Amino acid sequence: MTYLLQQTVNALNLGSIYALVAIGLTIVYGILRLINFAHGDMMTVGAYVALAALSALVLPVWSAMLLAMIVAGAIGIVIERLAYRPLRGSREVAMLITSLAISSLIQNSATMTLTAQPRPLRLPAELARRFEWAGLTIAPIDGLILLLSILLMVLLSLFVKYTTIGIAMRACSERVWTTHLMGVHVNRVIAVAFGVSAALAGIAGVLWSGKFGLVDPFTGFVPGLKAFVAAVIGGVGSIPGAMVGGYLLGFAEVFFVAFAPPALSGYRDAFVFVLLLAILLVRPAGLFGLEEGRRA
Amino acid sequence: MLHIHDLHVAYGNVDALKGISLEVRAGEIVALIGSNGAGKTTTLSAISGLLRPKRGQILFEGVEITRLAPYEIVRRGLVQCPEGRQIFARLTVAENLRLAAGHRRDRSAVARDLERVLGLFPILGERQQQIAGLLSGGEQQMLALGRSIMSAPRLLLLDEPSLGLAPLVVERIFQVIADLRREGVTILLVEQNAWQALRLADRAYVIETGAITLSAPAPVLLEDPRVKAAYLGG
Repeated sequence: MTYLLQQTVNALNLGSIYALVAIGLTIVYGILRLINFAHGDMMTVGAYVALAALSALVLPVWSAMLLAMIVAGAIGIVIERLAYRPLRGSREVAMLITSLAISSLIQNSATMTLTAQPRPLRLPAELARRFEWAGLTIAPIDGLILLLSILLMVLLSLFVKYTTIGIAMRACSERVWTTHLMGVHVNRVIAVAFGVSAALAGIAGVLWSGKFGLVDPFTGFVPGLKAFVAAVIGGVGSIPGAMVGGYLLGFAEVFFVAFAPPALSGYRDAFVFVLLLAILLVRPAGLFGLEEGRRA
Repeated sequence: MLHIHDLHVAYGNVDALKGISLEVRAGEIVALIGSNGAGKTTTLSAISGLLRPKRGQILFEGVEITRLAPYEIVRRGLVQCPEGRQIFARLTVAENLRLAAGHRRDRSAVARDLERVLGLFPILGERQQQIAGLLSGGEQQMLALGRSIMSAPRLLLLDEPSLGLAPLVVERIFQVIADLRREGVTILLVEQNAWQALRLADRAYVIETGAITLSAPAPVLLEDPRVKAAYLGG
């Protein structure tokens, strides 16, 4: 029972991070039909910013997180402006390949300037200190990851549901052409979508590296891929889908490792992708997937 | 109010508009009629800034708008109501209406316009919280028109407002268009339903394969043998 609870805590943590990252992928995909391979690297950016803020600037952890979101968000906006906007209207595969190039660019620039050596990201002791509680080994960071993720998801949902720019984002994901005719400054909406997405990935990167203790130039790459799986499971383009997909994936991965024979636990990533294939066989559009409608 | 001069638009190597010139004066209803693929919708897309013309000029109230972004054009009061089913099906009726007024700062004027739209089309009021995709075809056209009113048009471009609608709904829509004109909105009406359009319009242009072939007061065109043969069913 305790073991089960412990694994649930782990799964909630992992799932929260996947969900935060998957939301950004899904928002951008919804509007531009772009599978943004550089999205996971925004986690890396966030983690490095937090590292600098905590160690060099000695900022409190809250401001480090905020700063990571701001910097990652700003970089997301700049990348959209410089790399993706000029390709708007060309074939979708052109943007996809560009995003792979951006991902590579970020990873290699980080390797060149910061070296590939993993660096420890030390959170303040009061967050990182593990203690025993009701037989569980937990640290305040575990609760922080869950609560902060849920808070951000609630805020994002309210933003998308109630603000004019949120409505415009949903309108764009349905039909960009018509959204122009509503007097909506579509380029600004797209910039906001990239900013919000990258900011969420940035904070997810801080939480990820905070939990696992290390940052390197490739930190975000694998969780970025997993978040993509989560987004697809949930139905790409659907924000609730990305949230559910994230948690589903977190649970699947943690419980696979926890309960499968130890010999198999090295195959956790393979398991994740097999799960993806299985879900897509049954529901090709994902759990919350919307039929790809006519886009005028 | 709107002057189009020698407008050329191409899709790749295909010329869609081969030098269109037309004019809409303040207070008028001008119809642009022609068959499928003649270039009607392309003309509207170019006016709204969605397509970049190869050549030519578009002036709105004396100011060149040829290279402006679509949102800047809408914010000047040149609003397009796209063909019927281009409502946002996954947004609610209220969100559709709100989005179209999103750029307006005068909240009390927006509230007045909303009241007016709901007065014109009470069914939209009853269905405000419903997903627009669940509306019937006629209701969707009402929503599209109501949405355009929310953008505060001074010149309204209407693309095929009668397309695929029951006669009763068409009557209602054309009534509202006539009302809008009485309130001072100038209208450029694009229609395949030439008879409806010519009955309502002051003047009309006939467009064929990307060029204007006729232009005259609407009553004259209604009697024109060529128009009768080609667009009015003989």
